Amino acid sequence: MSNNSSGHSKGDLLLEMRDLRIEGQAEDEWHEIIKGIDIVLHRGEVLGLIGESGAGKSTAGLAAMGFARPGCRITGGSIVFDGIDLMAASENERRKLRGSRIAYVAQSAAASFNPAHKLIDQFAELPVNHGKSSREEAEADAKDLYKRLLLPDPDNIGYRYPHQVSGGQLQRAMTAMALACRPDLIIFDEPTTALDVTTQIEVLVTIRDIVNQFNTAAIYITHDLAVVAQMADRIMVLRYGELVEEADTDTMMADPKEDYTKTLWAVRTFKKQSTGTPTDSSPLIRVENVTAAYGPVPVLHDISFDIYSGQTVAVVGESGSGKSTAARVITGLLPPKKGRVLVHGEPLPGDYRKRTKNQLRHAQMIYQMADTAVNPRHRIRHIIGRPLSFYLGMKGKQLEDRIRELLSLIELEPDQFIDRLPSELSGGQKQRICIARALAAEPDFIICDEVTSALDQIVAEGILKLLDRLQRELNLAYMFITHDLATVRAIADEVVVMLQGRIVEQGPCAEMFTPPHHEYTDLLLSSVPEMDPGWLDGLMERRQKEGFMESTSTS
Amino acid sequence: MSDSVETTVAQTADALPPPPKQGAMATAWRELKKAPLSAKFGLLVIFGYVFIALFAPVLTPYGESEIVGPEFEPWGEQFILGTDNLGRDMLTRLLYGARNTIGIAFVTTCLAFLIGGVAGILAAALAGWVDQVFSRLVDVLMAIPALIFALLLLTIFGTSIPTLIVIIAVLDSTRVFRLARAVSLNVVVMDFVEAARLRGEGIGWITIREVLPNIMPPLVAEFGLRFCFVFLTIAALSFLGLGIQPPTADWGSMVRDNATLITYGDVTPLLPAGAIALLTVGVNFVVDWFLHKTSGLRDEQ
Repeated sequence: MSNNSSGHSKGDLLLEMRDLRIEGQAEDEWHEIIKGIDIVLHRGEVLGLIGESGAGKSTAGLAAMGFARPGCRITGGSIVFDGIDLMAASENERRKLRGSRIAYVAQSAAASFNPAHKLIDQFAELPVNHGKSSREEAEADAKDLYKRLLLPDPDNIGYRYPHQVSGGQLQRAMTAMALACRPDLIIFDEPTTALDVTTQIEVLVTIRDIVNQFNTAAIYITHDLAVVAQMADRIMVLRYGELVEEADTDTMMADPKEDYTKTLWAVRTFKKQSTGTPTDSSPLIRVENVTAAYGPVPVLHDISFDIYSGQTVAVVGESGSGKSTAARVITGLLPPKKGRVLVHGEPLPGDYRKRTKNQLRHAQMIYQMADTAVNPRHRIRHIIGRPLSFYLGMKGKQLEDRIRELLSLIELEPDQFIDRLPSELSGGQKQRICIARALAAEPDFIICDEVTSALDQIVAEGILKLLDRLQRELNLAYMFITHDLATVRAIADEVVVMLQGRIVEQGPCAEMFTPPHHEYTDLLLSSVPEMDPGWLDGLMERRQKEGFMESTSTS
Repeated sequence: MSDSVETTVAQTADALPPPPKQGAMATAWRELKKAPLSAKFGLLVIFGYVFIALFAPVLTPYGESEIVGPEFEPWGEQFILGTDNLGRDMLTRLLYGARNTIGIAFVTTCLAFLIGGVAGILAAALAGWVDQVFSRLVDVLMAIPALIFALLLLTIFGTSIPTLIVIIAVLDSTRVFRLARAVSLNVVVMDFVEAARLRGEGIGWITIREVLPNIMPPLVAEFGLRFCFVFLTIAALSFLGLGIQPPTADWGSMVRDNATLITYGDVTPLLPAGAIALLTVGVNFVVDWFLHKTSGLRDEQ
């Protein structure tokens, strides 16, 4: 479908938003966040909205339902849905459209389902309340849709509660719910961003099939270009609430016109210079036959790997594979049941409370969510300064100078940033502060736990470049936990692939990306979306031939 | 949350304007001007009470427990609000009462917050058996009706002002403990607390520097409410004769001492009760406003 570049003529005009203007409230002032965008959508067409966070993608998507989030207001322009002027319609009329003719699929299905009700009850609520069907018909329809969406055990899965199914399944159940009234338009707001690559594929495939089967129009909001290339007929690039570029998917991918679009396209090209084989004979960190458990639940089974100084070891795997647990064992938050962690050949105490200040200083950690990793009530001076005074006993002028030096090192202007609070920083800047705090301890080893996954691609690339530069300058060793293989390819020297608490494959980065792979590594690698719009079709064809689809859809 | 209002650029140095430099006073004044009428009223009431409490001896010509005329004198030129059952000036007693009752209530509330707050944060940060011991102890204390328990303890330990303060503070700290523990539990799981632990920080630093600043807003709001409750408890105890002892002026006992006047249609005994009510309302208005400001709630349509 996405190969069909004649998307424009597929059907009649369905949605027309002209000169849309939306204001958002920040600190009691109204700022324009959508500055006159035109969005036109025809029946059966899929429109991709892409841009960094803050570009106004979600706000524009919600406006298609005539809806503005609390703290936002639609101030100008026209929204006409299938001949109905949503701006002139009463709130009651708009509410009738929502759910029945326009549906919305949110980023986090887990947060959008009511945990106290069974899936099928939530499915049936909408058609029954809108008077479209009886409860029995709705249930039958739900089972039919669950089957089409390839959910396991479609007849019974609806009688489970949201926490009893996996994230990918929940996202598909959410899509089924959106389809309950056979809407003309579905708005997908980053439906796969929170999912693993292997799960993402399933959801992408089913969304596309469904859109085809029911000839539904869709607005697909994402910041992942490779995903949008698979899904959309037409792409609109937004920035700062303005349209940057709009074109058919093929044209856009092959020949982007604007500079900004080109930078978006070029983002995944970063590649660090390979440091080659480790020069040291003995590893900096050695994880030796570690077995760990949360209470009675075993999470890690006999894990061993080495990290050499100046090297990056990437630990990859889907969520629940034990990557973060491995990090918790190294930091001492979770003492291992068996096995040990050695630094420079010296065994570390399993519990961080038994480690010396110096042992703690040498291993630092950078977290996934920079928002929660810095104390919102502390100023930058204090956040970076504390490890300096705590470990190195710096104070006064020396302390101040070192804080400024570290700020320059992470490419933030010291005078401007030193007295700010974290809330006065953007996401990428906060992550830089976390890096500075880790560096302040003068470690030789840093654990990076999904440090870029909460960031936009452009910002994430900046962080990766910074980490790479610091590694070369300071001869740091990184343990890089991630599920994003593009990041692995960019930054890793060594790769450890984990599945269900076991290491299934490990080796130098270059080797891992050339076949032959372990079966699971292959699945991971082939699931990473590529920019080629025909990639998903090609992959599905290959997997069907190899009988792979079965194993992914029931996992 | 893909659309949070933030703009991120690769080289981020110029992405945000530097924060405006402002004194705390200027900010407070600006917030105050935007405050709703109820909050302004509340603040006015509180400042009025504090003023009276501080300057009671200057505001009235008579002494606190000085007998200045016949008993139950009606309102008039010399005694604006009349005299009480022993012939002391009612207005003077009312002004001094503000001083005694508010002062004791304030000290009690502070003590309650010190005990409950510290125990609550420690319970959340240390978890395990510390949490269990503190929490179960608090459960036991809370299972006994507070006023009756206070009466019991006061009859055992005697009714001096220090024992009064300590007993009410301990009983009230159970509520503070519950709140402090609950809000701290949300903070101690944050990554920055884990980062502090991994840095090797002691429990004191984690409690005071990492957790406390993040739970201040709910605690301050609770402080206002607790203050009212403590105030009412003291008044109630005094009314029952076990609170602040004569001849110290106190609103609770003033109501009791002059209660007979109500039978004759005289509203004078209700004035101390009214004073308590007014302060309670004022404090609650301010607390409401403060909660509203700090919780990030906005007035939507």
